[in-house]
Amino acid sequence: MTWTVFGRILAMACVTYLLRMIPMVVFRKKITSPFLISLFAYMPYTILGAMTIPAIFDATGHALSAAAGFLAAIVVAFKKESLLLTALVACLAAYLAELVLSMI
Amino acid sequence: MNNRSPYTFQNGLKDGLPIGIGYLSVSIGLGLMCVVQGLSVFAAIFMSVVNMTSAGEVAGLSVIVAGGTLTELMISQLIVNLRYSLMSLSVSQRLDAGMNTWKRMIISFGITDEVFAVSTSKKEAVGFFYMLGLILPCMLGWTLGTSLGAVAGNIMPMMIRNALGLAIYGMFIAILVPPMRKNAAVLAATLFAAAISCCIHYLPCFSSIGAGFSIIISGVVAAAVLAVLVPYQEKEEEGVAEKK
Repeated sequence: MTWTVFGRILAMACVTYLLRMIPMVVFRKKITSPFLISLFAYMPYTILGAMTIPAIFDATGHALSAAAGFLAAIVVAFKKESLLLTALVACLAAYLAELVLSMI
Repeated sequence: MNNRSPYTFQNGLKDGLPIGIGYLSVSIGLGLMCVVQGLSVFAAIFMSVVNMTSAGEVAGLSVIVAGGTLTELMISQLIVNLRYSLMSLSVSQRLDAGMNTWKRMIISFGITDEVFAVSTSKKEAVGFFYMLGLILPCMLGWTLGTSLGAVAGNIMPMMIRNALGLAIYGMFIAILVPPMRKNAAVLAATLFAAAISCCIHYLPCFSSIGAGFSIIISGVVAAAVLAVLVPYQEKEEEGVAEKK
């Protein structure tokens, strides 16, 4: 089990490294296809969106506390605050929500 | 861009430090998530050392703990981290003349959303030592945070553990929301992807689709549909997370 896990982590790392390394070492030309430019421009956001929703609602012990953190993060991110502050406020909101839920 | 970069190793460290601190706090949540989901402490730390990617590690973790196939795992990394290829491509065009193949092979390991955003926002070309200085605090912060989360995860009270599980998603939201506000197509694409992801997660007919493939399918389909309907309009550095 353990070695399988380490092997898999290494496989992940190889794919990730090659994605970072090959374009920097090999390709020097810019992409010109409008479709590919658009696809690559949107994909970081669609990927993050799909990773966040609905998984975020399972990230804490309770869907309600996760929702509290989710909403708090959106409010803070809307004000263009830093990644760090947004993450901290999300955690704090979830923590407070868990506190309230535990008292009910 | 043939001249040597004016930026030193110290300049890089100074730019990298705030990113590293941010990474440290966020990766505590990641380390915790790894251990809670069944990875050993050492495996969690190892994963952060060799990968250094938040979204990729979360996606990879979900495939590994779900017992997904090696193919699913590698495709999930390919799709989730494909953006790094674009970022490397952009950074590549801003490197100074001293950057030979070996140096490129070394610094490309440290390309992340934030490293990309900072290095491409510099006025002059960036060199090997500046990039090393920029990447070093990021790697240290990411590894240290993951270690802390993985080690302290078991002694932390349940409620704090639960709350920290949100850190990484808070960071994702901080990356997502500003460009969603600025660009309606990005907003539409992201919501579309989230909707597909919800359908796959909640509809019984899709229950055989693993978490990794769900992210791949949602992300690629939504981005492709929007790319056909609304070709991307570049408005000053929009395709990247902002430097903060």
